[in-house]
Amino acid sequence: MLRKIRIVCASFFFLFITLLFLDFTGTIHAWFGWMAKIQFLPALLALNTGVVIGLVVLTLLLGRVYCSVICPLGVFQDIVSWIAGKRKKNRFRYSPALSWLRYGVLALFLLALLAGIHTFVVLLAPYSAYGRMAACLLAPLYQWGNNLLALWAEHLDSYAFYSTEVWMKGISTFVVSLVTFLLLVILAWRNGRTYCNTICPVGTLLGFFAGYAWLKPRIETSKCIDCGLCARNCKASCIDAKNHRIDYSRCVGCMDCIEKCHTHAIHYAPAQAGTKTDTPANGNEVDRSRRRFLSVTSLFATTALMKAQEKTVDGGLALIEEKQIPARHTPVSPAGSGGMRHFAQHCTACQLCISACPNQVLRPSSDWERFMQPEISFERGYCRPECTRCSEVCPTGAIRQITAAEKSSIQTGHAVFIPENCVVNNDGVSCGNCARHCPSGAIQLVPVSPDEPESAQLPVVDEERCIGCGACEYLCPARPFSAIYVEGHERHKII
Amino acid sequence: MNKKNPKNIDRRQFLKVLGAGAVTASALYGCRSKEGESAASGIGEEYNGEMTCRITPSTGDKVSLLGYGCMRLPTVGNGSARESSDEIDQEAVNELTDYALAHGVNYFDTSPAYCQGKSEHAMGIALSRHPRNSYFIATKLSNFSPDTWSREKSIAMYRNSLKELQTDYIDYMLLHGIGMGGMEALKGRYLDNGILDFLVKEREAGRIRNLGFSYHGDIEVYDYLLSRHDEFHWDFVQIQLNYVDWKHAKEVNTRNTDAEYLYGELVKRNIPAVIMEPLLGGRLSKVPEHIVARLKQRRPEDSVASWAFRFAGNPEHVLTVLSGMTYMEHLQDNLRTYSPLVPLTDDDKEFLEETARLMLKYPTIPCNDCKYCMPCPYGIDIPTILVHYNKCVNEGNVPQSRQEEHYRKARRAFLVGYDRSVPRLRQANHCIGCNQCSVHCPQNIDIPKELQRIDGFVEQLKQETL
Repeated sequence: MLRKIRIVCASFFFLFITLLFLDFTGTIHAWFGWMAKIQFLPALLALNTGVVIGLVVLTLLLGRVYCSVICPLGVFQDIVSWIAGKRKKNRFRYSPALSWLRYGVLALFLLALLAGIHTFVVLLAPYSAYGRMAACLLAPLYQWGNNLLALWAEHLDSYAFYSTEVWMKGISTFVVSLVTFLLLVILAWRNGRTYCNTICPVGTLLGFFAGYAWLKPRIETSKCIDCGLCARNCKASCIDAKNHRIDYSRCVGCMDCIEKCHTHAIHYAPAQAGTKTDTPANGNEVDRSRRRFLSVTSLFATTALMKAQEKTVDGGLALIEEKQIPARHTPVSPAGSGGMRHFAQHCTACQLCISACPNQVLRPSSDWERFMQPEISFERGYCRPECTRCSEVCPTGAIRQITAAEKSSIQTGHAVFIPENCVVNNDGVSCGNCARHCPSGAIQLVPVSPDEPESAQLPVVDEERCIGCGACEYLCPARPFSAIYVEGHERHKII
Repeated sequence: MNKKNPKNIDRRQFLKVLGAGAVTASALYGCRSKEGESAASGIGEEYNGEMTCRITPSTGDKVSLLGYGCMRLPTVGNGSARESSDEIDQEAVNELTDYALAHGVNYFDTSPAYCQGKSEHAMGIALSRHPRNSYFIATKLSNFSPDTWSREKSIAMYRNSLKELQTDYIDYMLLHGIGMGGMEALKGRYLDNGILDFLVKEREAGRIRNLGFSYHGDIEVYDYLLSRHDEFHWDFVQIQLNYVDWKHAKEVNTRNTDAEYLYGELVKRNIPAVIMEPLLGGRLSKVPEHIVARLKQRRPEDSVASWAFRFAGNPEHVLTVLSGMTYMEHLQDNLRTYSPLVPLTDDDKEFLEETARLMLKYPTIPCNDCKYCMPCPYGIDIPTILVHYNKCVNEGNVPQSRQEEHYRKARRAFLVGYDRSVPRLRQANHCIGCNQCSVHCPQNIDIPKELQRIDGFVEQLKQETL
């Protein structure tokens, strides 16, 4: 029963979190956007104290059910492992914890987080790793499917479906997600939750709390016949059947052992006085490690808090040459992110905003410093004034939620005019498309020679009014390099 | 309508009954549908009688009232060769030609410019399979481009037409599109280089049987050429005529002239008129819903287009009405309309005049999708944008404000349809207003202005600021 409840809950979470990455219309987000926001690491980075405390309390009550139900990467591994289990039954066995590796990775992770080595952080963040796989590997298939439906709808003269652009947003991110995918499939296929119990920093962190959980699977030694079936079905490899002991820091609360035990010797129950159950192997030792852990986390939490406060013949069509990305000194980050530093420190590169962006401006960076974190470019569209989708979906608070009105006054960058590229100079035509489409009225046209009001008109940019939305860059007819492009700002400011 | 024909009455009743939804009644009346006839609407091969014909005064030719326009020949991709760069589907062209000839159509109008230059060749193949005296060929001297203005190049174009059409004489030869570019273009293309004199000589030699011109645009050129009728003896003139342009040409387009005037000038001189744009570039077959209702109410079994064809064929000095037919269904529908022509009553004429006035209330853009503006050097798909806009106007998907009842639905239809018909990089927001297109527009549309207006509307829809 418990196992079934776990499976139903996990399927529910897994399905809708995956759909968050696939749905580009924004419908799913309206209902299930919260699922991304209750992920542990994003909530921690967003300083979402309520969620973090809630998850810790959940773990103190029920053990690491977070890893079995809420974390999409965990459920993904369960699915792989379940398929593998169809081929070979009772395939697991107990293995002692690789503590040095777990704590080492956690320590490195925390250090990286504090030191701002984002690449390491984003690679290990479990939810984001799943997000990247969903966004890079699954979303294109979903979108192609959608486009087929759109084609069909078009034949029926229906507007139920519309097609969307499918394009390679970042080759390096694609490769990383592919490698993550293959690695996880191999690990989960062979040994179940190896990743969660050796590498995942969130798993290690929650494992500390899980040791003190109120409800845990407990082995009733009087009923146990030492068959070892529980251990051979434990994907976390944490049941030491010989000694009737369970390593609760690694147990993900999947309830498989309870279901498997023929003699009903395992109960999911609170500790009872008089019942012979396990005790922590060494009470004192755990106590110490617990204290150490608590101090480390509190230290970390306060630092994160401080950092966050600190910052803010007739016919025919002309060929259209593809636009090239200009060499920006500073990349453009989304409005609501406050600027490069805040953004880089809070983003776990889950790609949720990238999959949600309806204007095709967000894509993962290939720059090592901000590896896989989104950045903005304007070859396929511009950051439209009415859209605040990325700020709505961001679970980590890297992009804070803003309204369209707020967005219109946030300066994320400014436009730079390059006269040598302008069609007015090169083709001898009149244009002014940048000025015509500037939503903040920052561009005006000025005659080249002051004495002749009839002479060709070129744009001038009022940097104070420009918000860096990229309408001018996207709509500039000059190709492959636009004659006007956006230079990002390190820190966004309100104008 | 020829009410004496019992077969006709039967069929109409049959359709009416079906239309009322009484399926069982069809057995009662006896289902007499012939092979190929579909009970769903007036599609099929049943014609009430013979094709109506008119006589060319100069040569005595008996010309069918329906003329085959060859600027939209079918392609292998199931499109029309005007839009698509696909190869012309010669087999389909042959089939259409055979069917048209078999049902009395004998006037085929082509040009060296049509179908991206491939129309004459295809028609040459299709027509040469029939006796030369069973049809009339009309073609044009389409020396639009200034580098074909020289006497040699223009004559070469004429000779090439003879070769492509596999004939040694042209029945109806036209100066193509005079009025476009004003007097200056007329002089450059036909007068200063002596080409008009050359064509007159060719007529004397019998290689051209009838000489005329087709007219668009500047009325000065039209009046000028007619004023020299005594000299050139125009055998026919091709003009734009339909029930909207009859009295409201200026409302459609300030540069145009009412067809009533153009036709009247020809009647005065006893020159027969060949009619082009009877459907006003398709805008009289794709009409707003309430106009469809109005027309169907009056004659339920007639197509919307048939009203325009009846109007265009009605005046007695009209020699033939050209229709660019891509599909068999178009041909069959037009054959039904003209086999024979059911003349318009005075009531009908008034009804159509009222319809024209109603249509003008709907602010469609007078684009005929002729694609002369293309290609836009900046990659914009001008006609598709304008056609999409017009389609949405006609379907009621251009909301005026957010308060409108069907605003959500209309907004989605407009925006999704826009992305479907025009790729994003070819949409109106990329128009820079260089104005290189407008000069080519026979309808004199201020294209950049219209594109920017549509773009503004799209922005209002997207930002929901309507």
